[in-house]
Amino acid sequence: MTYARDVAALARKDLLLELRARETLPAMVLFVLATLVAFRFALPADASERASVGLLWVAILFTALLGITRAFIPEREQRVLDGLVLSPVDRSAIWLGKVVATLAFLGAAELVALPAFGLFFESVTWSTVAAVALADVGICAVGAILAAMAAAGRARELLFPLLFLPLSLPILVGGVGAAVGGDPVRYLAFLALYDGVFAILAWASFEYVVTE
Amino acid sequence: MIRARGLERRYGAKRVLRGVDLDVERGGFTLVTGRNGSGKTTLLRLVAGLAAPTAGRLEVDVERGQLGFLSHEPLVYRELTAIENLRLYARLYRVPEPRERIGMLLERFALWDARNERAGSYSRGMLQRLALCRTLLHGPELLLLDEPYSGLDAEGVDLLDRELAERRGSATFLVATHDPERLAPLASGALAL
Amino acid sequence: MAVAAAVVLVAGVALALLWAPEDADQGPSQRIFYVHVPIALTAYACFGWGAWKALRLLWTGDQRYDLESYTAVHMGTIFGTLTLVTGSIWARTSWGVWWSWGERQLVLFLILFLFYAAYFMLRFSLPDGPGRARISAVYALFGVVLIPISFLAIRLAENFIHPIVFTRDGPQMSGDMFFTFCVCLAGMVLLAGTLYLNELAGKRLDLRLRELREALELG
Repeated sequence: MTYARDVAALARKDLLLELRARETLPAMVLFVLATLVAFRFALPADASERASVGLLWVAILFTALLGITRAFIPEREQRVLDGLVLSPVDRSAIWLGKVVATLAFLGAAELVALPAFGLFFESVTWSTVAAVALADVGICAVGAILAAMAAAGRARELLFPLLFLPLSLPILVGGVGAAVGGDPVRYLAFLALYDGVFAILAWASFEYVVTE
Repeated sequence: MIRARGLERRYGAKRVLRGVDLDVERGGFTLVTGRNGSGKTTLLRLVAGLAAPTAGRLEVDVERGQLGFLSHEPLVYRELTAIENLRLYARLYRVPEPRERIGMLLERFALWDARNERAGSYSRGMLQRLALCRTLLHGPELLLLDEPYSGLDAEGVDLLDRELAERRGSATFLVATHDPERLAPLASGALAL
Repeated sequence: MAVAAAVVLVAGVALALLWAPEDADQGPSQRIFYVHVPIALTAYACFGWGAWKALRLLWTGDQRYDLESYTAVHMGTIFGTLTLVTGSIWARTSWGVWWSWGERQLVLFLILFLFYAAYFMLRFSLPDGPGRARISAVYALFGVVLIPISFLAIRLAENFIHPIVFTRDGPQMSGDMFFTFCVCLAGMVLLAGTLYLNELAGKRLDLRLRELREALELG
């Protein structure tokens, strides 16, 4: 299936670029650790256990923000994106390639963040891990297309957070709810719904973001 | 191969192209001339499919995989080497026997020795030559070249002259240029914007 | 349309203030309901209209739809802001607080406000042209999908955001109340329609003027 191979080639390109530059991933890992420590100081000692899960999610969202803002930087420089758009690959494959690559980065950062959270705050439940996995898909799917939109204009690093945060609020609800609400499965199902709906929308509309 | 009638491209209130008609047959070599800002680049972008006309009709009888576009920018990743860039494009364009083709092009444009250096370290002339490799990599039927000589040193100019002369019969060309004199011998048509 | 809007709106307000029966639980402050909910519904309608025009733009490539979509979103944002304001006033007069996280509509509109405010920032950062039109259109589509998803999220969130649940009028309105409500709703929609057509005409005129100026400059 050439579509899958195109996506793989594009994702591999992004991983190779990151391996060369070594900027984004170390920054994300350090950032998420620093944020968790900051939250530990910010939370009073007698605060409820439930409040801390919310902070984990905020830390994850902001770390994702950091990473995805940089998602289209290599293409933004001198319009390299045109090179990809010109090629016979499906434009949605460009989006999917970015999603796969950013998932890898976000996942790597979370491999550090979740144990750290377990260490600083409280141990991480299975439902939180599942929620993080599901949420990652939604974050990267939505983030990739919003990053492309922001990259097309000025002040893109300021703009991306503004675009991303409102759309990420449902993810926050789903994630925190899975840990703290009575019935995790409902929240996980909601996250899956979010992922499905927005991934399809992003997949179908990416073409219109990168062509004029 | 290309047929345009009443082509228009507007950016809000501003019209960059208005009422452009164009006919390029297979195997033709058409020059597009005009001052800066007259819309030469915009026209090429429309034909390449990067942008859609805001009015008028445009038919381009060629699929994306058969189209080569040399833009103002080289469209290569600065952090990757020449070979890595070309390998990526070879995969995206489903080029058969990529290794041979890449090697052949890098040699033709005298970049073989620099093939494992990051494109970011290349000089302006080398970048333009790498861009030409990228454009020709998949052996396209239709070549859209936007000021192909810009940035080239004397050696590069000779190499490009040779390429164009050799491919003149086997591909269709639409070339935007400041310097129509140079390409006049090859040209079969011209459009002034 | 403007005349119709004015007439219906005035009639609606008059009905709401004078004629509709007083609510047993909440007293006179409940009358804000006749303004607040129609404004909210009108905002949804504007966002929906904007998304429809956005879809048309992406489908046909006709640039006319860009201004239509933008104006609709603009109207939606104005009415959305009014929803937040009237909702806050209602909360204050009814329950003594300026804000309530238990109020689903209010929270939903807060999220939407953030989303559509970003719409304008996005548009502002992009250069004028078909590219901006397309990107704005895609964003407007995301917005309209966000509405039901956010609503679901808010309902789910109530389990752990400990809402203070207040009772208020819902669909169990008496006949007179319902009639008043419908009149107000119609009035609001007509108002939105009038403002929309007005702004659209103004923007089109502005565009035409600039086009003429461009044409003149090029001689």
